[in-house]
Amino acid sequence: MKHYKLMLCALGAVIAGQSCKMKDTGNVVQGDAASKVYVAPGKYDEFYNFVSGGFSGQVSVYGIPSGRLLKVIPVFSVNPENGYGFSEETKPMLNTTAGFVPWDDEHHLALSQTNGEHDGRWIFANANNTPRVARINLGTFKTDEILEIPNSGGNHSSPFITENTEYVIAGTRFSVPLGEADVPISSFKENFKSVASFINVDQGTGNMKIAFQIALPGMSLDLSRAGKGPSHGWFFFSTYNTEQANTLLEVNASQKDKDFIVAVNWKKAEEYVKAGKGTKMKTRYYHNKWNEETHSATSELEQEVLVLDPAELKDMVYMIPCPKSPHGCDVDPSGEYIVGSGKLAALIPVFSFNKLMKAINDKTFEGEYQGIPVVKYEAALHGEVQKPGLGPLHTEFDGKGNAYTSFFLSSEVVKWSIKDVKVLDRVPTYYSIGHLCVPGGDTRKPYGKYVIAYNKITKDRYLPTGPELAQSAQLYDISGDKMQLILDFPTIGEPHYAQAIDAKVIKDRSVKIFDINKNKHQYVAMGEKETKVVRNGNRVDIYMTAIRSHLTPDNIEGVFVGDEVYFHVTNLEQDWDVPHGFAIKHAANAELLIMPGETSTLKFVPDRTGIYPFYCTDFCSALHQEMQGYLRVSPKGSNVPLKYGIGDTAPKAVAAK
Amino acid sequence: MNRKNMVVLMLSMSAFIYSCGGGGEEKSVRDQTPDPGKNEYVDPNKDVNPKGIGKFTNVELTHPLDVNMVKGGESVYDVKCSSCHKLTDEKLVGPGWKGVTDRRQPEWVMNFVTNVDEMLDKDAEAKAMMEVCMVRMPNQNLTDAEARNILEFMRKNDGKN
Repeated sequence: MKHYKLMLCALGAVIAGQSCKMKDTGNVVQGDAASKVYVAPGKYDEFYNFVSGGFSGQVSVYGIPSGRLLKVIPVFSVNPENGYGFSEETKPMLNTTAGFVPWDDEHHLALSQTNGEHDGRWIFANANNTPRVARINLGTFKTDEILEIPNSGGNHSSPFITENTEYVIAGTRFSVPLGEADVPISSFKENFKSVASFINVDQGTGNMKIAFQIALPGMSLDLSRAGKGPSHGWFFFSTYNTEQANTLLEVNASQKDKDFIVAVNWKKAEEYVKAGKGTKMKTRYYHNKWNEETHSATSELEQEVLVLDPAELKDMVYMIPCPKSPHGCDVDPSGEYIVGSGKLAALIPVFSFNKLMKAINDKTFEGEYQGIPVVKYEAALHGEVQKPGLGPLHTEFDGKGNAYTSFFLSSEVVKWSIKDVKVLDRVPTYYSIGHLCVPGGDTRKPYGKYVIAYNKITKDRYLPTGPELAQSAQLYDISGDKMQLILDFPTIGEPHYAQAIDAKVIKDRSVKIFDINKNKHQYVAMGEKETKVVRNGNRVDIYMTAIRSHLTPDNIEGVFVGDEVYFHVTNLEQDWDVPHGFAIKHAANAELLIMPGETSTLKFVPDRTGIYPFYCTDFCSALHQEMQGYLRVSPKGSNVPLKYGIGDTAPKAVAAK
Repeated sequence: MNRKNMVVLMLSMSAFIYSCGGGGEEKSVRDQTPDPGKNEYVDPNKDVNPKGIGKFTNVELTHPLDVNMVKGGESVYDVKCSSCHKLTDEKLVGPGWKGVTDRRQPEWVMNFVTNVDEMLDKDAEAKAMMEVCMVRMPNQNLTDAEARNILEFMRKNDGKN
């Protein structure tokens, strides 16, 4: 009894506490919020919002303004839901020099650009843990390519891109020695480097290639942005740990009042490459590519990179002092202003590209850092936003002269004007915002209609789901003078950076089916006539077709325990939204989800005799439940002949003599 | 109660805003979306057009059969049709093809294989077949030429010349 009372009391207290909090946050939402985010059933959203999945390793796609989840695109992590990383065709996508890596931590996304605007061709994603960059095809919403990055310890300042997608960047957050050197950790200052890789993108195929790497002094390359317009040809990186500490960084990397923004003149780097000034270095990294015609990935080992040394090759890299441990390093739509967000600073410095160029020309330097000129802070400075908030992280732009900066510590978005560095408005976020996104906010032409906050802490925003909570995004209308919170929506993994693009740019180019006549898969069955089962030693290849509502062949005998059985399933459908699934009992694997016109392969090694049902896992028609079949597995060495078929051709029992 | 009214009010307000939206500005995708539920009611007892519904209103038949078209039709059949249709009169998933060119007008066949969904929704004959087969024929995305080839292959299968 006493117990109950106590509990009731406690509950009451909780409710009281909560209702207080609700009142506070509730006040932020004003009357017409619902109509601004309501997208009626059957209507489309205005924007695609591509959100990094953080430690889920995937990219999620939301509709804005509704906040509806449209798709999760598997990128760096396996995805049993559609067989990514489980089917034989997709396994090579996750191959690395460390073998098959089924997971990664993805932080940032970059939509491809033409003339500084999102063009809707591709979106790039970084893998922070096992350094890689991925390219996702926005026609198919599939990962088309993954490139491993050598000489990187953690691919964080990535995959930011230049205004015509000439380069995708991969800068290491954890500096490490080049190659696979075995050195004492305490030799950081002598041996460790921060490598920035410039990845060239083929404008036709989208294929990536590491054009060159710049081996910067050992420090942490945190985030980066390409210049645009007048600053096109330059890349800017924020840095921390310019103290070059290798232990207790929390304290030891926060000693100096200023770290640096690294300004890289990549056009100059290109000249050095052309003039043969780089050093070819033996290394190893895998390059994985998806082929839409063979419906298969290949994984190729690359063994060389070209390394440029900025201490030796002059006029290529400059340092701008920036207070203090800067995180975001964002370039405004005009390309003139570079915003450094010092995590531990009480102000936001805004640098001017024109002034930076003048300082470099006039050699207004305050010294050198490891052989690289350091520009005088004041010489490059446009202005400082005073007392903006606590813990500035990232900045996006609305194209109307305003900047929006996220503040982690003070949990708010602050709007300020770039020209006179004055704070204009601030709104709270719930809670502890990390990245933020204005649709097109990193381009020359942002759609300054919304800003979306991606929060690190969710706490009481949704019904509780135990200790582990979804992280939350919040949508603000920024079309007026005052920012207005209009929607919360939960996200997968931990959303870091996200980008949003006008739905018009992508919508009509979305692929509906794969043309069966262009299917060049090695094991395709072009129609049921070509279905067959072929044994080669203990390998059994089953050329199978799927169409509403049967799998051919659906009776298979003469397979033995321990055989390696490959189900190559071709979906013969040519209609939009008719995938077929495939699963077989005991497969130590995932299902296949096969799109119309596609062929996918499931490997299965039966470990005991018996009859194994297989079936279609994706409800496809009124007779979906009937879309099933049987595999007979006999003891190893038995004399059951290999037979298969469907209907009239299904194997018949031999009449007893 | 109050709250409910509010929601209703807000919903109707938003509906109002939507129907008026767009004005002079460039239309966003949000406004372009087709209205759901515009399926027209088609009276199944109304005069049935033996040519079906679709763009083919007059198909010229060739005599003798065009050998190349027959060949093209057969390869389309192998990949896209044979899973469900036999060349005899035996029903598999769909009806066997024997005699189809006697049962159907050439235009009906070509409209059906190229305009599957509308035919299955509206054409009385196609709807009747669906009640027999209980599976919607998949739209196999045939080009006009492929559809014509299929027709020629069916004619061959029926012994026409």
